[in-house]
Amino acid sequence: MAKEKESSFKRSDGRKLNEMRPMIAKVGIIPNADGSAMFTFGNTIAIAAVYGPRKLHPQHMQNPQKAVLRCNYDLLSFSVSDRKKPGPSRRSQEISKVTEWALSPALDLNSFPNTVVDVQIYILQADAGTRTAGINAASLALAHAGIPMRDLICSVAVGKLDKNLVVDLTKEEEDFEEGEGATDFAMAKIANSDEFTLMQLDGKIQPEVINEVTKLATEACKQIYEVQKKALKDVVESNGGKK
Amino acid sequence: MEISNLTKETLIRMFKEGKRFDSRQLTELRDIEVSYNVSNKAEGSARVKIGKTEVVVGVKMAMGEPYPDSPDKGNLTVSADLLPLASPRFEMGPPDFPGIELPRLVDRIIRESHIIQLDKLVIKEGEKVWTVFIDVYPINDDGNLIDAASLGAVAALKNAKIPMLDKDGKIDYDKDSKESIPLTKDISPLSFSFFKIGDSVILDPTREEEEAADARITFGISKWNGQYVINSCQKSGEEPLTQAEIENMMSVITKKFDEVTQKLKKYI
Repeated sequence: MAKEKESSFKRSDGRKLNEMRPMIAKVGIIPNADGSAMFTFGNTIAIAAVYGPRKLHPQHMQNPQKAVLRCNYDLLSFSVSDRKKPGPSRRSQEISKVTEWALSPALDLNSFPNTVVDVQIYILQADAGTRTAGINAASLALAHAGIPMRDLICSVAVGKLDKNLVVDLTKEEEDFEEGEGATDFAMAKIANSDEFTLMQLDGKIQPEVINEVTKLATEACKQIYEVQKKALKDVVESNGGKK
Repeated sequence: MEISNLTKETLIRMFKEGKRFDSRQLTELRDIEVSYNVSNKAEGSARVKIGKTEVVVGVKMAMGEPYPDSPDKGNLTVSADLLPLASPRFEMGPPDFPGIELPRLVDRIIRESHIIQLDKLVIKEGEKVWTVFIDVYPINDDGNLIDAASLGAVAALKNAKIPMLDKDGKIDYDKDSKESIPLTKDISPLSFSFFKIGDSVILDPTREEEEAADARITFGISKWNGQYVINSCQKSGEEPLTQAEIENMMSVITKKFDEVTQKLKKYI
């Protein structure tokens, strides 16, 4: 019964329910950084730079066992319709923190005691899915910086529009108000494993639907992973991995 | 992150011989590239690359009250954020002096050139005017950020459209606008920052050269009715500049203004 409803539902941009927006990934975009990347979902553009491992000040923040991962996510003032006042907001601070948690399980920071790995993520153009695009870019930038990693992290939002599950919402879809309204479920997972490292939800979703959500996210993440791998291969082939 | 004395001494010696690490002449500029549409949410935006230095600049507009001393003029606000993304030298937290100085310099370069016709940005005199926000973000700092930022600001302004209003006079971002920001015809300011290192003066330094500098002076320049005009000027650093050095800069700057203006024709 639910199946029938799904197939009749039309997305505003004509995509299939499980179809993602076109993705572009590019590695090595910021020469100063130790690693850098851009990742786009349709009109959402994220860039990320990694600096480190480098010495962490003040000293009391250092961890003698391993490097500290420090993420910073923010929007450029002109990436959104109503100008965003420059500087950190509560929203950006929260996203920075969940991004840190999303990325750290893939990293092996034990070889770099007392240092910090800084991950800087900025959104140039926002059309929903900024935190997930940011995590995808950051994962690439970390790999590009040569930080030891178990695997890449892939991230995507699964949404529910009324009763239909859809992948990779646009801003227009996020504002969907019919029926049960729009629910946005941002997820990240370790690429070749079924471990999720980010789960952030706004809206309402039935417990039994969650399983379906994780399946959809897993399928989407496979596609993201391929785009990410290709971007990393491209940079190695074009200049031997040098920045 | 300061450069070593050894590097500085080497630079001073090379500049004396008129040489640079990247084989440019002392006042030779790196390649300049301009592109547009960094963000489709901005009223106008531009990306400027000068060598490895990259800056993005966006223009946003909002309605607000005019300042009491200029009830018949729109407002201009320039801000900049030296993102830690762009350089290992930039840190999070409140801006330090370079982060404060950069937008103020760009503001004066733009404002004093009168490229924006602020008197045409009035919606209701004394009550409601447009504020033009110019926001500058470095993406990769390899020196000469100020000149890159002012160039980006001009490019973004020329590319910007005034947003449309709905029936209630609120901004409607869904409507496409064709109305450009009122700019003064034929005025297109640029800035040139000269850096003094030892007894040599150079233009368009790389990060390394900039860090070796003892003094910097930034000029905003434009051309009105065929006349060159210096609209703004600010010197920084402890080393003084001699009369001869300043005179020499004035002869270089007009040539460079024409050279860059010519180069930019295909972009702006």
